[in-house]
Amino acid sequence: MSAIQEISPNVRNMKQLQYTVLAKQASRIKGELRQRVTKPFKDLIEVYSGDAHRGGVKPLTFVQQVLAACVYPPLAHSDKLPVDVRQRAELLLKGCDGGSVGSYTATGGIPQIVHRISEFITRRDGGAPSHPENIYISPGSQWGLLNLLTVLVDAEASPRTGVLTPRPCYLTSNLSMVGLGAVPVPYDLCEEQGWELRVEELRAALESAKGVCKPVALYVINPGNPTGHVQSRKSMQEVIRFVSEKRLFLLADEVYQDLVHGEQREFVSYKRVLMEMGPPLSDTVELASFHSASKGFMGECGLRGGYMELVNLDPAVMKYIHTMCSTNSCAPVLGQVALDLLAMPPQAGDPSHPLYREETQRIRTTLVRNVRRAFEVVNSLPGLCCQPVEGGAFAFPRLHLPPKAIRRAEETGMQPDMFYCTRLLEEAGVFVSPGCEYEPKEGTYHFRFCIMLPEEVMEELLRRLTSFHTQFMKDFS
Amino acid sequence: MSSSRQQVNPRVRGIRASAHTPLHRLATQITQDIPLGALKPFKEVIDVSAGDPHKAGLKPLTFVRQVLAVCLLPRLLEEETLPMDVRLRAQRLLEACDGGSVGSYTASSGLPHVRQSVAEFIMRRDVGVPAYAKDIFICAGLERALMVFVKLLAGGEEETQTGVLTPVPCPDNLPALLDEAWVTLAPYRLAEDRRWAAEPDELHRALKSAKERCKPRAIYISNPGNPTGHVQDRKSIEEVIRFAAAQRLLLLVDEVDQDSVYGPGREFLSYKRVLFEMDVEYSDTVELVSFHSLASAPIGECGLRAGYMELVNIDPEVMHFVDTMLCTDISTPVTGQLALDLMVDPPRPGDLSFDTYSQEILLTRAVLSQNAQRAQEFLNDLPGMSCQPAMGGIYLYPRLNVSPEIVEKAKILKLAPEDLYRQMLLEQKGVFLGAGCQYGETPATYHVRLCILVLPDTLEEVLARLSSFHCHGPASSP
Repeated sequence: MSAIQEISPNVRNMKQLQYTVLAKQASRIKGELRQRVTKPFKDLIEVYSGDAHRGGVKPLTFVQQVLAACVYPPLAHSDKLPVDVRQRAELLLKGCDGGSVGSYTATGGIPQIVHRISEFITRRDGGAPSHPENIYISPGSQWGLLNLLTVLVDAEASPRTGVLTPRPCYLTSNLSMVGLGAVPVPYDLCEEQGWELRVEELRAALESAKGVCKPVALYVINPGNPTGHVQSRKSMQEVIRFVSEKRLFLLADEVYQDLVHGEQREFVSYKRVLMEMGPPLSDTVELASFHSASKGFMGECGLRGGYMELVNLDPAVMKYIHTMCSTNSCAPVLGQVALDLLAMPPQAGDPSHPLYREETQRIRTTLVRNVRRAFEVVNSLPGLCCQPVEGGAFAFPRLHLPPKAIRRAEETGMQPDMFYCTRLLEEAGVFVSPGCEYEPKEGTYHFRFCIMLPEEVMEELLRRLTSFHTQFMKDFS
Repeated sequence: MSSSRQQVNPRVRGIRASAHTPLHRLATQITQDIPLGALKPFKEVIDVSAGDPHKAGLKPLTFVRQVLAVCLLPRLLEEETLPMDVRLRAQRLLEACDGGSVGSYTASSGLPHVRQSVAEFIMRRDVGVPAYAKDIFICAGLERALMVFVKLLAGGEEETQTGVLTPVPCPDNLPALLDEAWVTLAPYRLAEDRRWAAEPDELHRALKSAKERCKPRAIYISNPGNPTGHVQDRKSIEEVIRFAAAQRLLLLVDEVDQDSVYGPGREFLSYKRVLFEMDVEYSDTVELVSFHSLASAPIGECGLRAGYMELVNIDPEVMHFVDTMLCTDISTPVTGQLALDLMVDPPRPGDLSFDTYSQEILLTRAVLSQNAQRAQEFLNDLPGMSCQPAMGGIYLYPRLNVSPEIVEKAKILKLAPEDLYRQMLLEQKGVFLGAGCQYGETPATYHVRLCILVLPDTLEEVLARLSSFHCHGPASSP
């Protein structure tokens, strides 16, 4: 080992994901199942990520058809596909150089698609204007976030650049920040109040950063991941006033905006709330909001289509964002196509509309039911409880582990919730993600599982969880 | 506004401007203006600045598109108008995807099935030299793969930056990539009069010079050369390997154009194969990363965004970090990963799709080889222009004499003379050539880059317009 003697400390500090350990275990179990080793379960239920298709949710027919027609244009000319599918494919292929999804596109995305995204945003936000020049398509929303952070974060600065991030938080974003040389500054979400975001916690976080780093941005996830919390308008206004007061860049990750289950809540975008607050805030608060084709009803994680909309940025800074996006070539064309379908799905009157509506309705009702069942079952088990899941793709139950279990975990060198998850996987064939991956508050234990599953699979999951958990609590009492 | 130019990450501010971007913008503008009625001395802009075969009118491979369509819309598995081998392959690929869907996430280093296919392809290509799936990492294109490695090399906050020996000329996005990773570009000149060969004496000179400014840790080379079209013979590859071994440099080898070798008597030899056919003191120790991508001929699927890198003799700890970094980098789209499988394992003789497939790739190869010859002879014959014959790749890289007037004007406008030449050519003739990529201490020679992976008729039109501009226009030199 010679040439790569010193790996950059920024890279070294990116710790290994617990997920990889569990993934190896899952792989082994799958191998054993294939060799017909006797187990108390016949297959694995893999719910550690928000991957709806892996979980068994069917892709949307309209989306599959348009993508196939774009890839193989003879389909667009045959009558095997509905008229509106063919027309959309033809329209999209016109926006591709050489009429092929294999060509490079403009780095910020195919212009006609970017336009339709801006129209979608305007409609969604009750008319608040959205400008195509402020929209960048990227291969997945996280990449847009990363490019933006690269512009904002100076790895060599002293004090280091900080970014306020929620605790608990979706894993990869913190990892990316560390990789860039930034310091994540956690603010606690209030578990007892449904994982609410409280401004006092934002202030406390800023306080804690004094002498450690210089925060430049606040990262918010709404609907929350892993928490499932959907913010109220009032809470969002408080956040906006806070970032304005403290001169922070607001990074709003809104990829789960289509998944709101509770009847109490509806999703409203940070952009809309900001615009409704009027000047001077609407003219000055710097905001980036992120969306993606990976979540929601489409669930097309594998296609890699996301976008960010930038509001109130200094034109000089926009220039560098453009540079960053340009050095990366374009987002995959099929991912861009998926975004187009997200921005403009079949409308009433279109031939594909009835099936589209039926499929999305089915997913919606399944989710509502899954959320209700998960809440009921989890809260009925001693040592387990769960806040209401108002939105997003996950449930994030809290584990109250007996001291004996905690001690055993420590003996094996694992975090207590990781220990629970390895046992759950081994003994019940359920692959969830341990709470320690989300940087939670010290001394609290959780696990996260995806709720985008067919109903029967959710029932099976809950049945296995109940049986495992009951036994586990007995074993360690 | 709280963020201002001053607060932008200095690394980002330091990313040098690409010579490509301003003209690209101008070309786009002119293209938009023409249908709106702008009067120009030409009907349309012809873009030969960069490789984008489908944009240039070359057709995608039928087999690839059919299989991908079935993967995207699995009910096409029953579609009898599609050949059986297409449907069988799609079925196999779908089984390799979680949930049987291209919409699922995959592991950050790629689908195991595809990594295995790539390993088997490498073994076939390199006549038995072993290759393992665990050493193959799938990435969202060449730039992403390079970026991961360059960032690994970049070291910490030491005073001396890491350096990468980089050829002059090099691919035009490479300097900005190195800037972004905070790594020094340490140039070594390729020998134009020897058809752009890499020469050991020059490598040594470059390294010595580089050590005064940075800590060189790697050497980058492309074979076939981008943009030079040079294809290395075994002796040349061995020289580079010995140099890298002696100087303890990591070899970063861009072999993306390996399927585009047409020079008479030339064949592509992979660095890995040559390495393994050398003594064990080399084959066991030289650290090598080789890159391949969908954005290459004949498959030409630039928009699907996928490629892979093979790691040879790399420390397992480093491989672990590669995996960690891929977790936060762009995930490779599944459709791209599947296309990689189709690229490395195409239809074989006897398969239903074989005839169409082989006709299509033969056509692309013929176009490329004919264009290369035609363009090189034509350009070389123009007064004030000389062009080395290319043996592979998708570019020609002619040298041109730029008239003193243009040199003067360029100085005033603060442009490189060849960039002003290209701008004038675009404005007056509607031909968009790529930038010469001469970074570092070269004497004042001017080059431009011409992509020859285009339809023959397009090439003829380009050559006619270029000749007219070069010989009779304001650019003509004495």
